[in-house]
Amino acid sequence: MQFLYSGLTGGSIYALVALGFNIIYNTTGLINFAQGEFVMLGGMMIYTFFAVLGMPFPAAFPLAIITALVMGLLFERVFINLVRVKSEINLITVTIAASILLRDFAMHIWGRDTVTVGEFMPVKSIELPGGIISNQSVMVIAVGAGIAFILHLFLKRSKYGRAMRACFDDMTAAGICGINAVMVRVMSFGVAAAVGAAAGVLISPITFVTYDDGVMIGLKGFAAAILGGLGSFWGAVAGGLLLGLLESFAATVMPSGYKDAIAFVVILLILFVKPAGLFGKRMAKRV
Amino acid sequence: MRKINPFPALLAAVALAVLGFTVDNEYYLGVAVIIMIHSLNATGLNILLGYTGIISIGQAAFFGLGAYISGVLSATYGWNPLMTFPVSFAGSFIIAYVIGWPVLRLHGHYLAMATLGFGMIVYILMNEMDFITGGPSGLMGIGDIEFLGLYFGLDQAYFVLMSVYFVIVLFLLELFDKSFLHYKLKFIKSSESASNSYGLDTVQTKLLVFAFVAGFTALNGSLYAFFAHFISPVSFSLKYSIELVAMATVGGLGYITGGVIGAVILGLVPELFASAEDYEMLIYGGLLAVCVMFVPGGIAGTLSGLRKKNVRS
Repeated sequence: MQFLYSGLTGGSIYALVALGFNIIYNTTGLINFAQGEFVMLGGMMIYTFFAVLGMPFPAAFPLAIITALVMGLLFERVFINLVRVKSEINLITVTIAASILLRDFAMHIWGRDTVTVGEFMPVKSIELPGGIISNQSVMVIAVGAGIAFILHLFLKRSKYGRAMRACFDDMTAAGICGINAVMVRVMSFGVAAAVGAAAGVLISPITFVTYDDGVMIGLKGFAAAILGGLGSFWGAVAGGLLLGLLESFAATVMPSGYKDAIAFVVILLILFVKPAGLFGKRMAKRV
Repeated sequence: MRKINPFPALLAAVALAVLGFTVDNEYYLGVAVIIMIHSLNATGLNILLGYTGIISIGQAAFFGLGAYISGVLSATYGWNPLMTFPVSFAGSFIIAYVIGWPVLRLHGHYLAMATLGFGMIVYILMNEMDFITGGPSGLMGIGDIEFLGLYFGLDQAYFVLMSVYFVIVLFLLELFDKSFLHYKLKFIKSSESASNSYGLDTVQTKLLVFAFVAGFTALNGSLYAFFAHFISPVSFSLKYSIELVAMATVGGLGYITGGVIGAVILGLVPELFASAEDYEMLIYGGLLAVCVMFVPGGIAGTLSGLRKKNVRS
């Protein structure tokens, strides 16, 4: 049972990262390989505001998210918008380049060492049937679920959300209907960065933060998105949780060093067997 | 068939000969060997990415695979180094074929992700299977290449061996660039459905190209292992795969000289800026971003564009 609890904690984070991938994919059909870097930036932001500047957590958390949102907007303006030939390979490469740049800037600002954020609240262990869970983990799961729910409402009910979905279906038609497609694309990068950063904030007291954390967590988030089905909102959540559970289960049956490989084995297996993912509606293109 | 242009291979041969006769500092010759290996890897990736449109972010895995196959066979099992080369090629070819069979039916970011995932798995295995690979601390005691009674242990000798191999491969690549095969690949790149309707088996072609480049990259890995005499997983991480993408892109996708130019420029970065090692990745990322955004043809593309302009005027 213990692996269930730790799996859900890790899984909530992966789910949030996967949602970040999904938001951008759903509006632009793009995969942002720098998504993991926003998670790392979220952790670094909360470190700066909360641990270094000593702000209270309720003020530092929104501030970190807003900073990330602005960075996401800038990211789109600088990197995606300026690509002359917007072919798929070019867009993939430019986000990879951007991720290198973000990582390196983070290294210069915050240094190579792991930074410790400190607890947002006094840590307590809660006894549950079959194991213990810390209130930190409960917070991660609860806040993660909350963000996913708000995001769901945002995409399904709000004007912007509808515009985003319209853009994915048909950019030209959406434009004819008076939707500012460029605006929507910029927005989706901002929102995705904010969601990624939220994941980074939540996980920071548990795993600490290093400048190159983004690579691994970004890849695992992508694995979760593929597992659930790229483009499917609740699929991303389910994929994240499932991946978290698989990982923590694997850690109990084999040497822990292999744990990180699980996500990639999952990616390869899913791509081999069912590229649309477990809950994906759209078929990944096979020729 | 277009006319073969032996100029790049000749230029490389002359440059290498000059380098070999004037420089007797072993360190610089070593750097040259490493840059030649980078060039070959980047050119291999260029054939995938620039010619065929296969985006592979897992080339470091095949490079590492070759290095470890040769390293383990010769250091642990005492094989003759030369005998490990065919195994290295064949092993990677088969693995790439098996991986590619399902993966190459995917496109764009799915394919990028699948190759990246494969690269990460190989990297993790290199670290974890320490009973074979020596784990994170690496594999030591890899011997020298020896044939015709010659030892290629000294850096000078290795430089000569590597130069000869490099120029031959460069010439073969030039032949490839002017052959029918290259048009076939570029046709697949520009439109897969069109190539299919012309009766090309695109999946099979891509698979063979992918596996062949994997084998070629593994050979470079073997050469690297016998040059460095020591290999550890760090050299074959995701970072190296991305560096190769940067080299091929900055140099010029779809040009044989592209991989070489990119590798020479980016390969010299850590040497020239050795004091400012921290900025290495910043330079890589910056150049990659600028090239993708503003210079789609890379350096080789820009050069050839300029040349054509001059010829016309």
